[in-house]
Amino acid sequence: MSMKVSSRQVDGVTIVDCSGRITLGEGSVILRDTVRDLLAKGNKKIVLNLQDVNYIDSSGIGELVSAFTTTKNQGGELKLLNLTKKVNDLLQITKLYTVFDVKDDEASAVKSFK
Amino acid sequence: MAMTEQRVSYTLDSSLETIDSAEEKATRIATDLGFADDEIMQISMAVREGAVNAVLHGNAYASDKKVTLAFEHSGSDLVITISDQGRGMDLSKIPNPLAPENLLKTSGRGIFLMRSFMDEVEIRPTQTGTELKLIKHVHGRTAGGKEASL
Repeated sequence: MSMKVSSRQVDGVTIVDCSGRITLGEGSVILRDTVRDLLAKGNKKIVLNLQDVNYIDSSGIGELVSAFTTTKNQGGELKLLNLTKKVNDLLQITKLYTVFDVKDDEASAVKSFK
Repeated sequence: MAMTEQRVSYTLDSSLETIDSAEEKATRIATDLGFADDEIMQISMAVREGAVNAVLHGNAYASDKKVTLAFEHSGSDLVITISDQGRGMDLSKIPNPLAPENLLKTSGRGIFLMRSFMDEVEIRPTQTGTELKLIKHVHGRTAGGKEASL
């Protein structure tokens, strides 16, 4: 299953609902383009809802890092929401859990932005 | 595809399709051998990362270069070999992805993930490129307690 994304606004925060696989190729490109488009339009409070992302490879991890740093460099914030166990485990073993702000419910994710 | 009772090998193009195909083959074979669900995920992900290295960093998508993928089941081990025809890699130049200064790098985690998920990982240069060997020990049973074939 390839990756699909859809975006919605909640109290000034953009929630990006992702589903499928974030892997080398199409999945990584879709994520990259989505975040770039949001930033270009001035949406700098971004939450990636990964509830339905069942697989991420090292390229996908790299794309998450790139999205995080690109957003931060433009004065924004990017947070992760609803990690599956697989994705959570991957972020733990790569120590990226300490880098990302990870939330497990949408309301608190939205409220957490300054 | 060449196949014997306990060994199966594939010669694949240097393409993105090869990476997905390698992962699918690993998932199917690990499943058939009776590995647990989390081990199947680990094996398939390690093979995917190995295939990414072979296609991208080894063969650099060159259409005249091939990737060889082989699965061998000895009874106590599943041994997966991925070979490319690229220039080879200098392992000493691959930074530790867990070092604080490397945490925000967007690449360089593939070999680390393979080592995290497999029992043994060997990388060696060959006359024609690089050979990656991924080994997963068979813990307890295979395929419901009987000897499984590939």
